[in-house]
Amino acid sequence: MAHDHNSKEKVVYVGDSRVKKYKKNNVPLDYSAYPGNSEAFVPNFLLKEWMVGSVFLVGFMILTMSHPSPLGYPADPTKTDFVPIPDWYFLFLYQLLKYPYTSDAFVVLGTLVLPGLLFGGLMLAPFLDTGKERRWYKRPIASSLMFLSLFAIVFLTMVSWQGYQHELEELNIIPEHIERAEKLEAGLEVPGGKEEEPVAIVNKESEGYDIYQKSSCISCHAADLNGAVGPTLLGIGDKYSKEEITDIIINGFGNRMGPQLQQNLDAGLTEADLDTLAVWLAEQKAPAGEEAPEEVTDTK
Amino acid sequence: MLKSVYNWIDERLDITPMWRDVADHEVPEHVNPAHHFSAFVYCFGGLTFFITVIQILSGMFLTMYYVDDIVNAYKSVDYLQHKVAFGVIVRGMHHWGASLVIVMMFLHTLRVFFTGSYKAPREMNWIVGMLIFFVMLGLGFTGYLLPWDNKAYFATQVGIQIAASVPILGQYIETFLQGGEIVGAQTLTRFFALHVFFLPGALLALLGGHFFMIRKQGISGPL
Repeated sequence: MAHDHNSKEKVVYVGDSRVKKYKKNNVPLDYSAYPGNSEAFVPNFLLKEWMVGSVFLVGFMILTMSHPSPLGYPADPTKTDFVPIPDWYFLFLYQLLKYPYTSDAFVVLGTLVLPGLLFGGLMLAPFLDTGKERRWYKRPIASSLMFLSLFAIVFLTMVSWQGYQHELEELNIIPEHIERAEKLEAGLEVPGGKEEEPVAIVNKESEGYDIYQKSSCISCHAADLNGAVGPTLLGIGDKYSKEEITDIIINGFGNRMGPQLQQNLDAGLTEADLDTLAVWLAEQKAPAGEEAPEEVTDTK
Repeated sequence: MLKSVYNWIDERLDITPMWRDVADHEVPEHVNPAHHFSAFVYCFGGLTFFITVIQILSGMFLTMYYVDDIVNAYKSVDYLQHKVAFGVIVRGMHHWGASLVIVMMFLHTLRVFFTGSYKAPREMNWIVGMLIFFVMLGLGFTGYLLPWDNKAYFATQVGIQIAASVPILGQYIETFLQGGEIVGAQTLTRFFALHVFFLPGALLALLGGHFFMIRKQGISGPL
């Protein structure tokens, strides 16, 4: 039906397509119809506006070039002494959870109720503040609630940041991204930058290797020692001595690994076997000249 | 030449009305800083959009080098920062732009609030604007993890813990964000997908709605 040019059709198409022919009935009003000194967006206003954009961009690029973005050390989930800090615009929500009536038993007040009131109120502002008046000083309730919220946000953000600074000072911690930047500046080596060569299994012909294959260790540390659920045991001799390894087998490792002695005895290994195993594991060291991967070394 | 190309396309697609809708409108005196300097407060929305464009462009360049797995994420950022030509600047633009876009959006929100511009008939645009605000916060939260350094890792861990403490919904949010028992490989790929596909998609759709409504309703009148 789009193909014939019957002028009695209500909708007229361009050519043989389905694009409607434009009836010039939505031409905007002439600017003289508007009060005041209005001007055309294109090109008059845009030609001035791009200069504002350029000035803004120059400022932005100066900030970017003078302050390279921070980068700390690679994430280490086993680290326990790291002081977590969110990005600055989440600080007020983070700080909110540190007060008695917004934490522990009342935590739902801090996570849901107060932020819900704040953001819900903001979201529904057009339906709560329905008067015709638009000037802020003629809308005392809306404006004072906004000023109060602003004050609370600024206050909580500042308290949170000062608390963080204070905590760092007390624990004598330099934030990692600052420490790393300083080290790079001084030409020192930083962790995580270079490729880490996996350490090979040492003395595979040993009796210890055969015992390892029979032990309960392989269920978490894998038959090739490279780790599965548990961490890798390659190069473990750089971290622990034979005595320490024996202690870990017998007593477990913190809350991440339970005692393994009984399981291995049940599996038919003897205490002497486990001793041989511990000796063999203590031999698992990186070739001379290389440090254990976790060590931070200064080259100068 | 250019004119004839335009005419050739216009004949077939009738693009002149679209062009009129997008660009051919007037700027009232009360929002024009050339007439009243105090009208610079009306620039915040435009600047927010400007930084958003910077974020999208710089983010596109970052994904040329970034690898979203836990072994290589940090290394790729490190490489980008120290080895790639202008990498430090592109990453810097994305890093500082992320903060600046929040600042500008906040100022824009305050301008709209204190001029009462959210009142009828512009309620829907205010709500869409608030949704854009939340999407931006989501982009900030998901983007914070991507460099995979300790600061990123532990902030995300705490963030997810806080979300998990929400009654009833908490555990579902935790599973959705974390994807596993701990903040790990799954979390990183999820955050990456959210940060570069889901949230920007939502953002562009919302921005489209925001701008469509502005064009349709015009800027709010003088106080």
